[in-house]
Amino acid sequence: MKHRLSLQIGPVSFRIGSAWAEPLDALARLYAGYSEPEDGIADFTVRLEPEQIWRRWIRPSVAIRGDYILPDALPLALAHGLLAAEMGMNLQMALGQKRFLLLHAASAEKDGRALIMTGESGAGKSTLAALLGERGWRLMGDEFALLDLDEGRLHPFPRAVSLKNKAIAVMEQEVPGDRFGPRLEDTPKGTIRHLRPNQEALGRMGESARPALILFPRFGAAEAIRGVGQAEIFMRLTQASTNYVTLGAAGFDALAKLVGACPAAAIDYPDTGTAIGLVEELWREAA
Amino acid sequence: MRDARLLVRALRDPDGLGLLSAGDWSALVAAARAEQLIGSLAFRLEGRPLPGRVEAILAGARHDAAQARTQALWEAEMARRALAPLDLPVILLKGTAFHAADLQASEGRSVGDLDILLPRERLEAAEEGLVAAGWERLKPADGYDDLYYRRWMHELPPLIHRTRDRMIDVHHTILPPTARPTPDAAALIEASVALPNGLRMLSPADMIVHAAAHLFADGDLAGGLRNLWDIDRLLREFAAGSADFWPMLAQRAERHQLGKAVALALRLARRLYATPVDAGLAGRDRPTDRLFEARLLARNGWGQEKSKLLRFAFYVRGHWLRMPPLMLARHLWVKARG
Amino acid sequence: MAGPRYIADPEDCVRSVTLDGLSVLFHRPSGMTHIVASPAPEILVALRQGPADAAELLRRLREAYDFDGDEAADAVDARLAELEQAGLVRRA
Repeated sequence: MKHRLSLQIGPVSFRIGSAWAEPLDALARLYAGYSEPEDGIADFTVRLEPEQIWRRWIRPSVAIRGDYILPDALPLALAHGLLAAEMGMNLQMALGQKRFLLLHAASAEKDGRALIMTGESGAGKSTLAALLGERGWRLMGDEFALLDLDEGRLHPFPRAVSLKNKAIAVMEQEVPGDRFGPRLEDTPKGTIRHLRPNQEALGRMGESARPALILFPRFGAAEAIRGVGQAEIFMRLTQASTNYVTLGAAGFDALAKLVGACPAAAIDYPDTGTAIGLVEELWREAA
Repeated sequence: MRDARLLVRALRDPDGLGLLSAGDWSALVAAARAEQLIGSLAFRLEGRPLPGRVEAILAGARHDAAQARTQALWEAEMARRALAPLDLPVILLKGTAFHAADLQASEGRSVGDLDILLPRERLEAAEEGLVAAGWERLKPADGYDDLYYRRWMHELPPLIHRTRDRMIDVHHTILPPTARPTPDAAALIEASVALPNGLRMLSPADMIVHAAAHLFADGDLAGGLRNLWDIDRLLREFAAGSADFWPMLAQRAERHQLGKAVALALRLARRLYATPVDAGLAGRDRPTDRLFEARLLARNGWGQEKSKLLRFAFYVRGHWLRMPPLMLARHLWVKARG
Repeated sequence: MAGPRYIADPEDCVRSVTLDGLSVLFHRPSGMTHIVASPAPEILVALRQGPADAAELLRRLREAYDFDGDEAADAVDARLAELEQAGLVRRA
């Protein structure tokens, strides 16, 4: 492939190839400070290619391909090439990750222990995790949490945080502009801006943590904390995992252990300030 | 082509692989994944000194393969339970059969849908039994497609299980009745071999004939490296198991009108994987063998298919083989009308 | 009139964990996970004593557990059907 970039993110390495320079230039700027894999070998390959040969130049359109492909996926406009690269990496993780139990969750670490936040899209987990990362916590990831199958520890996967619509303004007030990617308008998911995790998150991306609290945040309702039964937690976590089924007995054991050991709660919040307050309160109780 | 050759070499002769650069490893993994051969590669390289990350990737692939095996055998078992009251021979095909019989070809073998072969006259009853056990049509029964499947194709329209979300393809022969070679379905069923679980599989020679038919009649040779690897593994095991195997294979290939396909399969397996084959049955090398080889190796280290023109030529050939031209035109016209 | 007889897979085919009163089962032969409520786990235990039809199963359950009432027979029938669909139980 004409243009290439390699990235190490937590324990996973990617090789991204592109028919155009622009998406990888944008990716390189967003991921400034990340290293290439030490051994030069890629866990996953992502390819940004034209659907048909002529779409490389005429109304350029980026098909997302790689080791794992979604057959009916629609291509993106070249202007959204950065988003295509991010989606490509997500796809490889979602379909190909076998070393860790993959949870669709945001996670943050404090004092060697990890907070896991999971739930429906749009619940604001990414924003909460990003905020915590600026308020004394270490951001471990906003999209995927990696649970070790043997030891049950959570491993960081600090990709660029994907901020949508209103969340962009929230983080723009917290964080200097040079950590942001370009503002992408009219993408299939609305307006998106990516945010690079801070120096601490990058410097410690090799450090795992023991899961200590699971939260199911829900945005837009009056402040509330509700307990969640363990069987329900187990079920919700399997729904939040793309690879639970493929992992078989190992996945079952890891998840049963996590649910048995880790307190959990559902929190409703009307604004991020309240959310942070609830998180800190429950974190203290879980200690 | 270079990267696909690396894959073929690694499978054929893992000990002779030598030292690979980091770039080579990334290319090998990407090509293997693209060709559905990562599981097989993982088994071939098992126990050898490898870079840490490669070992982790291949260990993951072996784990995947074990999971694929469990799921494939489970689908077969659930089909067995659903069809048991009908008391008919249920013959497993392709990957599921390899796993059920614990053949060498099952090592690392991923499996997609469950493929079974049944006697043609029992097909409707079988579909009823499967539907009662939770399988359902992908699309609601539609006049033309239904007719197309039942009259021209060699299988029921695919069924998918309601809760497990896995597909089953029920065949009554191994090639569409409209395709030119006409295998003898009754003979396939008659020669089938019983498995410990009460299901059945094709006889060794018929399994090779099926694999060869599948490789070429499906036309565009997509997945060909994997299919030929199946054939290599099967041939080695079967030839070692019985002195009669080659004459039997010759006999069955002729019976099913697939002599040419089998000969070509043998030559290509020998060419790529150095499979020991019967020289008489394989026949002389043809100039077109190289074209086939090129098509099979048209994969690079980024997992891309190269040589688009060659691929297109093979694709057209595939459809041509499946349906005589007039019928193909009619089928396409009705489809286009919607 | 005796109904169809059922068999359950042996104990080593299933890994089980109890989470607030519900049984979470990992069924090895299928690789599938099921969350089931009583009397399903008890039915599986009772069937492991040997193949049985619904009536015999009911008898075993009444003997081993405080399992009674008018709906007991209906509950057993319903759970058996579900367990069969899920593949945890099959006809003898």
